[in-house]
Amino acid sequence: MPEQNGEPKRPDPEALLREAATETRGHLKVFLGAAPGVGKTYEMLLSAAAQRRAGVDVVIGLVETHGRVETEALVRDFEIIPRKHIEYNDRHLDEMDLDAILARKPSLVLVDELAHTNAPGSRHPKRYQDVDDLLAAGIDVYTAVNIQHLESLNDVVQQITRIRVRETVPDAFLDRADEIEVIDLTPADLIQRVKEGKVYVPMTAERALAHYFSPGNLTALRELALRRTAQRVDQQLLTHMQAHAISGPWSAGDRVLVVVNEHPKAAALVRYARRIAERLGARWTALYVETPRSLRLNEAARDRIAEALRMAGRLGGEAVTIPGRELAGEILDYAAKNNFSHIVIGRSARSRWHELLFGSITYEIVRRAGNVAVHVVTGAEKLTPTAQAIDTRPTTAAFAPRPYLISVALVGLAVGCGEVLARFLNVQNVALVFLTAVLVSAVAFGLRAALFASLLSVLAFNLFFLPPYYSITISDPENVVALFFFLVVALVASNLTASVRAQAMVARQRARTTEDLYLFSRKLAGIASMDDLLWAISSQVASMLKVRVVLFLPENGALELKTAWPPEDVAEEADLAAAKWSWESNKPAGRGADTLPGAKRLFMPMRTGRGPVAVIGIDSDKQGPLLTPDEQRLLDALADQAALAIERINLSENFDKAQRAAERDRLQAALLTSISHDLRTPLASILGAADGLAGLPDLSADDRKALLSTIQEEAERLNRFIANLLDMTKLESGAVAPNMALVDLGDVVGSTLRRADKILADHRIETALPPDLPMIKLDAVLFEQVLFNLLDNAAKYAPAGTTISLQGTCEGTTVRLQVQDEGPGIPQAELERIFDKFYRVRKADSQRAGTGLGLAICRGFVEAMGGTIEASNRASGHGAVFTVVLPVPNSNEPRAMP
Amino acid sequence: MTAATILIVDDEPPIRRLLRTSLASQGFQVIETADGRSALAEIERSCPDLVVLDLGLPDLDGLEVIRLLRADGNVVPILVLSSRSDEKGKVEALDLGADDYVTKPFGTAELFARIRAALRHRLQQQGEQPIFRSSDLEVDLVHRIVRVRGGEVKLTPKEYDILRMLVAHAGKVLTHRMLMSEVWGGETDVQYLRIYVRQLRQKIEINPERPQYILTETGIGYRLRME
Repeated sequence: MPEQNGEPKRPDPEALLREAATETRGHLKVFLGAAPGVGKTYEMLLSAAAQRRAGVDVVIGLVETHGRVETEALVRDFEIIPRKHIEYNDRHLDEMDLDAILARKPSLVLVDELAHTNAPGSRHPKRYQDVDDLLAAGIDVYTAVNIQHLESLNDVVQQITRIRVRETVPDAFLDRADEIEVIDLTPADLIQRVKEGKVYVPMTAERALAHYFSPGNLTALRELALRRTAQRVDQQLLTHMQAHAISGPWSAGDRVLVVVNEHPKAAALVRYARRIAERLGARWTALYVETPRSLRLNEAARDRIAEALRMAGRLGGEAVTIPGRELAGEILDYAAKNNFSHIVIGRSARSRWHELLFGSITYEIVRRAGNVAVHVVTGAEKLTPTAQAIDTRPTTAAFAPRPYLISVALVGLAVGCGEVLARFLNVQNVALVFLTAVLVSAVAFGLRAALFASLLSVLAFNLFFLPPYYSITISDPENVVALFFFLVVALVASNLTASVRAQAMVARQRARTTEDLYLFSRKLAGIASMDDLLWAISSQVASMLKVRVVLFLPENGALELKTAWPPEDVAEEADLAAAKWSWESNKPAGRGADTLPGAKRLFMPMRTGRGPVAVIGIDSDKQGPLLTPDEQRLLDALADQAALAIERINLSENFDKAQRAAERDRLQAALLTSISHDLRTPLASILGAADGLAGLPDLSADDRKALLSTIQEEAERLNRFIANLLDMTKLESGAVAPNMALVDLGDVVGSTLRRADKILADHRIETALPPDLPMIKLDAVLFEQVLFNLLDNAAKYAPAGTTISLQGTCEGTTVRLQVQDEGPGIPQAELERIFDKFYRVRKADSQRAGTGLGLAICRGFVEAMGGTIEASNRASGHGAVFTVVLPVPNSNEPRAMP
Repeated sequence: MTAATILIVDDEPPIRRLLRTSLASQGFQVIETADGRSALAEIERSCPDLVVLDLGLPDLDGLEVIRLLRADGNVVPILVLSSRSDEKGKVEALDLGADDYVTKPFGTAELFARIRAALRHRLQQQGEQPIFRSSDLEVDLVHRIVRVRGGEVKLTPKEYDILRMLVAHAGKVLTHRMLMSEVWGGETDVQYLRIYVRQLRQKIEINPERPQYILTETGIGYRLRME
């Protein structure tokens, strides 16, 4: 659960004092890395270089390049304070020269390896204490450290990496940092860097990769680093995470594993695990180990397992199924590989005798758990025998004679082969031929057929190969023993082979289901609109389960049919009632369910951890139950995934709405500012000038003229602004319906230039429009306004006396018109934003800026006419370029005839 | 020539005051009304030489006033006042028989130029000048000869027809439709007109990209500049 800040706090006087102290202290920025080699030092140098370019006095106190070429190249440009040599026990040690830095007193100093322990005899035992001195002296410090060096995380890191880090930095030091930048690199990238030898490690790369730099370790360390920093990040992140249905915050140190089985208490175990995980703020996983025994479970038991796993998914955990034979070993192995620190298991439900004979898995896990905490939950929860909610198809397959007939044939073949072999070999060896027949039968048809083949083989062997022939009796007692052992071997081999076969089949089935689910979730993940999503869900479920699908979603408090597959499907009254009941009670209803079984369809709620989001209804033309148990489980899983996807879109739509509302507010504010400023300023000039003319009788002729031209110019400016506002309103209200016709671009350019005559009086205009430019389809009035605004913009920003040029070119199927000026150009970061409403490029001299509408109108009009408009800067240096691209109509252009 | 009488029809007193003052200063007789019906009555009664008509009137639509006048056979020149974004209204007014338009807000210089062109046009209807001159352009309407800076320019018949129309209404705007029906004698596509105008400009303009004779009134039509 996200942590919320409690009630507003009064400022703590000590905190105020501390704050006052920090005002004179230097500014501390920490570059925090998850592991060595992520590039902290490099980033630190880059940031410092940017500071230096901005004129800050930067020196290097100490930077370890570890021989990395890129890093060394960066270091070269800085002033470096020479290190101090210290002799200790006949060893040369180079340390940062604190006194030299303090004497030099730069504005910013770079100090690498914050956790370093200084050589004995230095001023402080630890480097972070040196940094403290630097900060106290009012010097800003950039420093770098890895997460493993943080004191509070030392134990956790050791657990993860099995390496004890001796050099640590107190957490309080990091908390005092004014700024922390996490240098993040994905584990895969980092491992690649280690492989390429780009990371300095004190052992060989292979050893490092096998130990410290394993993907599991790196992921955990990365999470630690991000989490540690995330503590400092505000509400914004939480909102974002909720909107994107990311659960958090996470703990890398703690992970909880709950082991589920078919026991009815499995659901209770899952809930228990979730409570623990929540308390620890940990991620958790529900694990089911599929053993050969799993195959023999009845449908009810399988349902319970599936439900426990799905429940884990709904409650925010992860559900995992792994195959295995020896439970305790598999569980512990999984826990160790995936950094689990807690295991939750139920107490064995077996009898004492069973435990004595076969051992207890619980005990085994506790005994071998080592560092992992094991929670053994004894089930106090009552076993409520849940009536099966949905009737599913019985699975007892009808008796199929084919496997047995083929088994008979196989044994017959064995008799034939045996007859031939018996002429050359000892008769005992013929038994092996029969064994082959049994095994083939087991592989092909499973246990029952194999058992049948075994018995048949014994009979045939006895009849045809053991004297007296063609009789059930056996004369030689030795043969009786042989026959007995043959039977035992055949039975054991059949059993083994058949169970291997069954496991393989289950694995294949599961792989297919998993793949289906994976494809399904991938399909859903890429969809951004609710309509598309519902469409995809219904069509996918319909095709995977061969059923018809309807989806109901709540809308304005009532449940509504949103999508159906096939699309023409409609819901009847009885169906609607069943859907509603299912939604309200959060249980299945309708065909085959306990409630409202008269409905045509079966309805099931689709839910997530936050509750139901939709109801899915299915039906088919098949008689009897709609789904087999396997299909039912698949539907459950599909519904869960679909529910998550629906919730994701719901959340992001809400988020979008909130964003749009915020954007609207911002625009409203901007509009008010703009109107009050841009309307009032010219009005003030006009009124002032008019007052002057009316009230000052002895004005000189020149003064009168000046006042008059003020009135003229300002009124024209006002007129342009109002025209812009009107255009913008038209665009906003969607009232722009371009009146498209084939137009000669030169014609529009000419009329625009005439209209813009006054505002262009101080600039030179150059036009270059080839006479063979094709006519293009556009609304001449709108396009004139676009051109006018572009020229107005150019005239405003480019200094007087410079040239504004208009160039038209035809490129294939488009005509491109460029307006170039010789002004200061547009800052790279603002090239796109200048088309936003009310956005103005800041001008240093705060000279009369535009209204912030002109370019927004240009884009609106050009796009309404099917074209594009872009801003860029001239390649040669100074000046902005606006490029309008319009399509050339492909119809055969009418040619003028003489 | 006695001073021409101009009727101002506008419901906004400040506009009327502006027009009255500036027109009177130019020696025109000015009468004014504030709505369409009284305008029609006033035209009937005092037969002004020109009407300055606002399109947005409280009672009758300005377009309706033009329609009624022209239906009645009244040919008094009408100068329409309209707002910038109302291209459709302007074209409609012109096609109904208005002589020209001025876009609000307007400068007085522009207004006087339009008024003069409209008045001159009324006089010319009685006796057309055989040779038209505007700076370096010379059109001999009798011999169908066009000269630019003294040199003769060969025009195709259609190009000449367009130019002749423009010359006949020099200073006045001509809508696309007027030009097309005159030159092609009926409906044709406006893009043909644009192509011919482009060719015409190539022949008579010094810089076809910034024409000084044939001016484009975007969304409305063309106007031949008067010196």
